[in-house]
Amino acid sequence: MAFDAQLAFKEKVAKITLTGSLDASSAPRFKEVIEEAALQSPTKLVLLMDSLEFLASAGLRVLIFAKQKMGATVDIYVVGSQGPVLGTLEMSGFHHSVYIQDTYADA
Amino acid sequence: MASDTVLAGKIDSLEARIDYYPTHEIAGFRLRPGKPFPFGATLVPGGVNFSVFSSYAFTCVLVLFEKGSVEPLAEISFPDSFRIGHVWSMMVFDLDCERIEYGYRMDGPFDTVAGHRFNKDKILLDPYAKAVGGRDVWGTSPDWDSLFPYRGRLVFEDFDWEDDRPLEVPIEDLVIYEMHIRSFTRHPSSGVRHPGTFAAMRDKIPYIKELGVTCVELMPIYEFDEFENSRRHPDTGEMLYNYWGYSTVNFFAPKAGFAATGRLGMQVDELKNLVKELHKNNIEVILDVVFNHTAEGDERGPTFSFRGIDNKTYYMLTPEGYYYNFSGCGNTLNCNNPIVRSIVLDCLRYWASEYHIDGFRFDLAAILGRDPWGAPLSNPPLLESLAFDPVLGKCKLIAEAWDAGGLYQVGSFPAFGRWAEWNGKYRDDLRCFLKGDSGKVGSLAQRIQGSPDLYGWNGRGPTASINFITCHDGFSMYDLFSYNEKHNEANGENNNDGGNDNDSWNCGCEGETSDPGIINFRKRLIRNAWTILMVSHGIPMVLMGDEMGRTQRGNNNTYCQDNDLNWLDWGLMDENADLLRFARNMVSFRMAHPVLRNRYHLSNQDYMGSGYADISWHGESAWNADWSDESRTLAFMLCGKHAKSGTVCDEYIYVAMNSHWETKCFEIPMPAPDSGKWYVAVNTAMPSPEDIFEPGKEPELGDQGHFLVTPYSVVVLVAR
Repeated sequence: MAFDAQLAFKEKVAKITLTGSLDASSAPRFKEVIEEAALQSPTKLVLLMDSLEFLASAGLRVLIFAKQKMGATVDIYVVGSQGPVLGTLEMSGFHHSVYIQDTYADA
Repeated sequence: MASDTVLAGKIDSLEARIDYYPTHEIAGFRLRPGKPFPFGATLVPGGVNFSVFSSYAFTCVLVLFEKGSVEPLAEISFPDSFRIGHVWSMMVFDLDCERIEYGYRMDGPFDTVAGHRFNKDKILLDPYAKAVGGRDVWGTSPDWDSLFPYRGRLVFEDFDWEDDRPLEVPIEDLVIYEMHIRSFTRHPSSGVRHPGTFAAMRDKIPYIKELGVTCVELMPIYEFDEFENSRRHPDTGEMLYNYWGYSTVNFFAPKAGFAATGRLGMQVDELKNLVKELHKNNIEVILDVVFNHTAEGDERGPTFSFRGIDNKTYYMLTPEGYYYNFSGCGNTLNCNNPIVRSIVLDCLRYWASEYHIDGFRFDLAAILGRDPWGAPLSNPPLLESLAFDPVLGKCKLIAEAWDAGGLYQVGSFPAFGRWAEWNGKYRDDLRCFLKGDSGKVGSLAQRIQGSPDLYGWNGRGPTASINFITCHDGFSMYDLFSYNEKHNEANGENNNDGGNDNDSWNCGCEGETSDPGIINFRKRLIRNAWTILMVSHGIPMVLMGDEMGRTQRGNNNTYCQDNDLNWLDWGLMDENADLLRFARNMVSFRMAHPVLRNRYHLSNQDYMGSGYADISWHGESAWNADWSDESRTLAFMLCGKHAKSGTVCDEYIYVAMNSHWETKCFEIPMPAPDSGKWYVAVNTAMPSPEDIFEPGKEPELGDQGHFLVTPYSVVVLVAR
């Protein structure tokens, strides 16, 4: 499935829905969306990953970028990640830097 | 044109920076002359700066691969105008940094007598590569015919460290835990999701924290090849590896095979996460670094990096062009050549700054003090440079102060006020005393004080002494008291490998036994070892698993064993819960008593007006230690008013050690009148849990004037 990243705002919460494969070729698009979200100074960043099928190191790099771009005061929630995507987050230790949630309502 | 698959498209910042604007195009790649520094492959706006040094090469070619590909994607010759001095440098733009691997072809003379071994057919690993592909998953058989077995990769330095930095714990407050990443969690009993990896060690941090150690010393974790000299045991068929990893492929890259994410190329992140989490738990990280040789071996070995780039610079060579072998591993890195000195410095600065590493232990460090012809230097420039380097200014520097060429510098290693040493004499003297040898009491007194006989003469304090009784080389502690002889048959070398000077004692039965008397006696000796180690001045270091009675079944050189001879069996936590409890409490005892952790040598005098010297010596009679050659008993008292050179107040501590085969009655000196009564903190002759008491919960000693100390046991009293 082709990669897609859709940004939506509700009050000061930025919600990005990710689908497809987040790899080296799609990472720049994700980075653009992160930068777009950062322009509106959100208080919380929610990444919906239910439909994200693959996360390569390039994608992880953008997540690291997101954390540093948003700053320490903006909590990042990773929602619905599963399978190899969740495995990659856990093995690399990134899951300790964000909040992992099963559903958006929890976030 | 270059393949579209590796072109990342337009780079926004490219037009903004004229110093990063392409001026050349070769084979479809946009280029410009690079910057000589830093060496290696460095990400720059819109591209990558490649820089490599060779004194004698005629030409240099950058070889690019798509990740994992057999055939190169492109070969770009460095235009001669891109060379400054002996450095080729080139910026290549529009590369997809995630999917590129790179190496070099160097053409130059092949004249072995002159020291040159160039071979332009070889694709060479950059000595400054920050990540290496090719051995991504531990134990996966490599393509032996590969032209490019170790593949340089590009690394982003964007890790989110938050506020982390090296901890800078005062060295006298360290308790070091020497361990091997894979061995720590590879055993099925570990219960972790990714056994044998950095991620798994992270899951086990709570265990390390509970043990109480304040520092982990990791056996080699940078890229090595477990298949180097791999073979099958001639009798058993067991696969034997280069398991410990004391043979470097690349000094800057973490070993991918130690990362759960190695197959994804994310070993850098995984290791950094481990360091960050250890720091959050106030645990320092020391790396065991092997700068004495490389994995290229001697003239019969492979050419994959240093040999093909600048053999004459990187290695110590005989006048005939062969390799000096002070390492015992085929070659010797030419550490006091200025170029090699620079790579060592650059490497350690990189680990300290980019990975927040707290210190380094240098394998066979005596080699670092030899000149290019092998002679020991009185003022080795590399050791001086490391000691005074600003980036390394707060790092612990620890030397294994000997080498395989016979240079033994324990006590005389050129320290420049910074270096500590693995104190091999502590190990030897303690082992002899523990098993009841005569003539060791005088040496024991020196070792307990932090070896002033070795370090006091030139102004070095007890912090110069890394005290240990066991380490990865040799028996585990359980085996130290279970075997008289080594049993290395599993290594397939007819039991000829490994040392024969073990100073061990099997306690009456060689190896495993079901005799409870022998088992309990061995455990008592282990408790004795832990006790004396933790009450000694200097920096205690313990070996992974010694806290729970890990055995190597008599093998004292498990360098090649990827099995339970090395893997920590976590079931021992229950099986030897008494030992584990004792070890935890003994570490806790040390940390609770600053009087055990002075930075400066004890004076054997009273400089605080307490009426007692900072340390006083006793025996069966108080104030009258038996220093005779036949003595096997010694006691000492530490005056709490002299803790940390008198800057803090602690309890008095009295330690009685009996390695005689008979019970001895020790007359106990009275502490200062305002220091209260004696309480029993440790009696290794007692069964658990009465062998050791938590600080503050020690029972009061009945007879305040005497203590019957059982054969081969140690007693510790505290006064309050």
